[in-house]
Amino acid sequence: MNRSTQPPTPRALFTGFLGIGVSGFGGVMPWARRLLVEERRWLTADEFTDVVSLCQFLPGPNIVNVAVAVGARFVGARGALAALAGLMIAPFAIVIVLGALYTTYGHLPDVAAAFRGIASAAAGLVVAMAVKMARAGITRWTAVIVAAAAFAGIGLLRLPLFTVLAVLAPVSVLLAWRRVR
Amino acid sequence: MTDGVLGQLAADFALLSLIAVGGAVPVLPEMQRMVVDNHGWMSASTFASLFALAQAAPGPNVLVVSLIGWQVAGLAGAAVATVAMITPSSLLTYAVAAAWERFRDARWRKAIQRGLAPVTIGLMAGAAYLLTRAADQNLAAYALTAFVAFVVVLTRVHPLWLIAFGALLGFGGVV
Repeated sequence: MNRSTQPPTPRALFTGFLGIGVSGFGGVMPWARRLLVEERRWLTADEFTDVVSLCQFLPGPNIVNVAVAVGARFVGARGALAALAGLMIAPFAIVIVLGALYTTYGHLPDVAAAFRGIASAAAGLVVAMAVKMARAGITRWTAVIVAAAAFAGIGLLRLPLFTVLAVLAPVSVLLAWRRVR
Repeated sequence: MTDGVLGQLAADFALLSLIAVGGAVPVLPEMQRMVVDNHGWMSASTFASLFALAQAAPGPNVLVVSLIGWQVAGLAGAAVATVAMITPSSLLTYAVAAAWERFRDARWRKAIQRGLAPVTIGLMAGAAYLLTRAADQNLAAYALTAFVAFVVVLTRVHPLWLIAFGALLGFGGVV
């Protein structure tokens, strides 16, 4: 699929990412791809994959990084800000309304009971994310050991993330260094 | 008092932004450690409820940070926590994006990305474990968590249906 010849304006970036922000539940990346590649054609499929791999390489929320990188690519800092604002503004307003409702009604017995069920279901969603990631990404025994150590450090010993990363990241990166060229 | 809390929220989430490998969900255990264990701003079960609320809303997963801020210090807390969580990593992305072409195929870049992958998976498993412990108070609740996980892994059912199913079971007093 070809890229559109017209680069997006800050306004178009804002409205585009506004749509992405309110589209997805539990992860919006597939919606970002649909809008950026298929509908607006600001990026080719390869360019999108490339931007996503940059954003997964960097720390921070991936889709937020995508908004910054795509906005910056076309209109510099103004574009990055426009895309970022578009992505965040509507979902932020929505969760604040939900948060206010939770603060007001969360203590009512029926609501609290429903929330116990929602929380258990949401935990299940994260279990599923972990299982899917492990199935795709754990391909050798060194990875099993590193993942198990990270789990034990963060989940069982409750160590600070910084400590866990400071120990495991260099080891794991060195192990990977020998396999890549 | 409130200024102190806002400053603490800003400092904690700004630091977290720069070590948030793999996005917001793998660093949920660190958020829980910060706001539940270190500061005592909320209970583990409230933390799990806020995450559930974020999952039930549209938008990026990072919005759980907004709800944590909301719970701690209202609208100002939500704004401060959200801005702190996305600003440092966004500035880094902005700075690095232009140079990406030059090191995209570099060996060290691939080694870092592949090396961090199993670490992120371990963190994700930690997040799953801690959220389950925080959310589930009886055997039926553990069964619900396991059921949802199985359905999501094995089918393409939309997560919102499972959230709604959970709400129904909770409302009905099953979990």
